[in-house]
Amino acid sequence: MAVQEQTLPLEGLSPDRTGNYRSDHRLVAGMVKPGSKVLDVGCGDGDLLQLLESRGIDGRGIELSREGVNRCVAKGLAVVQGDADTDLVNYPDDAFDYVILSQTLQATRQPKVVLENLLRIGHRAIVSFPNFGFWKMRLQLLVGGHMPRTENLPATWYDTANIHFCTIKDFVQLCDEIGVKMERAVALDTFGRPVPLNLPWWVWNMFGEQGVFLLSRAEKGK
Amino acid sequence: MADVQSIASPAIQAEDRAHEVDHPTSQVAKFGLNEPLKLDCGVDLAPFQIAYQTYGELNADRSNAVLMCHALTLDQHVANIHPVTGKPGWWESMVGPGRPLDTNQYFVICANVIGGCMGSTGPASTNPATGKPWGLEFPVVTIPDMVRAQAMLLDRLGIDTLFCVVGGSMGGMQVLQWTAAYPERVFSALPIACSTRHSAQNIAFHELGRQAVMADPNWYQGRYTEHDTLPHRGLAVARMAAHITYLSDAALHRKFGRRMQDRELPTFSFDADFQVESYLRYQGSSFVERFDANSYLYLTRAMDYFDIAADHDGVLAQAFRGIKTRFCVVSFTSDWLFPTSESRALVHALNASSARVSFAEIETDKGHDAFLLDVPEFFDISRAFLQSAGKARGLPGG
Repeated sequence: MAVQEQTLPLEGLSPDRTGNYRSDHRLVAGMVKPGSKVLDVGCGDGDLLQLLESRGIDGRGIELSREGVNRCVAKGLAVVQGDADTDLVNYPDDAFDYVILSQTLQATRQPKVVLENLLRIGHRAIVSFPNFGFWKMRLQLLVGGHMPRTENLPATWYDTANIHFCTIKDFVQLCDEIGVKMERAVALDTFGRPVPLNLPWWVWNMFGEQGVFLLSRAEKGK
Repeated sequence: MADVQSIASPAIQAEDRAHEVDHPTSQVAKFGLNEPLKLDCGVDLAPFQIAYQTYGELNADRSNAVLMCHALTLDQHVANIHPVTGKPGWWESMVGPGRPLDTNQYFVICANVIGGCMGSTGPASTNPATGKPWGLEFPVVTIPDMVRAQAMLLDRLGIDTLFCVVGGSMGGMQVLQWTAAYPERVFSALPIACSTRHSAQNIAFHELGRQAVMADPNWYQGRYTEHDTLPHRGLAVARMAAHITYLSDAALHRKFGRRMQDRELPTFSFDADFQVESYLRYQGSSFVERFDANSYLYLTRAMDYFDIAADHDGVLAQAFRGIKTRFCVVSFTSDWLFPTSESRALVHALNASSARVSFAEIETDKGHDAFLLDVPEFFDISRAFLQSAGKARGLPGG
């Protein structure tokens, strides 16, 4: 596995005015250098974009739902209505410093293609997703015998937008397969706290409720 | 009998309108022989004049000017009583104190387009060479020509940079032309229910309207004024057809359904039995009272010719390369004249140009006309966009 470094980059992130930001958003925002240009794919209500803009980052968003877009524009954010699966092809190479895919990977039709597009459009990509290897998920399937449902993923199997669940282990394998370099990897537990770093890898896959990864293109010839 | 011959009664305000053509009640900027308007067709138009209205106050550093671009058959009377119809301005819901385009904050300018008939030089204006109306001798104008004339007006007013350019439909085309032609003069842009090019279907509808005007025996090759008449039937039919394209099936159904007008049973004639028929006839005849038939030909033609990518080897993104202007593109779900797909193509091009763009599709069954109607979600978005742009521009209250 290609995880070399597991730092917790929350320092340097100035405390926000309300203190209300989601812990995964604060983690993602901490991975972005101030002054850079960022595209948030599947930006929802724009909470992450707002956090980024408050740090002097030039943020843009794509959001599928009309309601989400309207709320973003009402917040003064530059957000367009669009679909990660079909619209990313329209973005030129190297258009952004970072492209963020926060809690959206599992809802895309072609996660691999989307991931490749992220690293074509941006120099770096930040991807966070719910970990299907989380122990509660495993337990529900193993003991309960039904498709897992959690507080963060409350939809039933037949009416969920999430069609491509994966585990942290699966995602790391996908990154290896398409030759993506993992610069940082963090697993967050149920309370949004990072899983201790000195624990073995399988613990992450078991006790991380979500994974957050900072990726960059693997340098050619290495 | 309310047959098609009686749908229009043009005499009522014809004199008022004729007076407005050369001597508008609004402000006028006159450009002499030494300041010609260079038209795309190759003609230098001089002298010419631009009639315009302003609302609010220009601030000390001249940074709060908003240019309002009007749609096809509208004019400069955005938020005041119309001198010909006596009706309120066409966008009073949008422009005024406390409105999304707050005239306590912004200096709003709206000019009648070149080729129009409310005081800017157009085919109904008096040709100084002949002393008669220009008619078809007026050169064909384009959207870029309209924008070039507006830029000359702003130079005259001493306004270098616009805080925002706003407009829907043909006005939206002007907004896009402004950002493509003068990107450094436009801080933000709000193009609504428009497109970067007029589609074949839209051209087809315009051709239908023009043919209706030109088929009217009173048209006289555009010389109807000299025959002391108007092609009012043709123009009314053109307006009726166009009006249908501005609405949606759902809006028409909600408003009229198949309800009858002042009767229980069909008359088995071609009277306006249905409410929707008498509504359209009313729309047609009231339009004839305020609009010039030749001007309708010229302005529809200007829209037909519009294709912003054509000037950039067909690559739309090239038109906006490196642009700093902040955009908010708005479309409406039930608009079939300028459908959302056209706005989306624009947004893709702007994204590819790395422009700061927002895009919202507003859900409504009101059709293309929705931008002129009371759609709170649209007002909310416009207000939010203008406020955030104002903040970035350093405007007080932004």
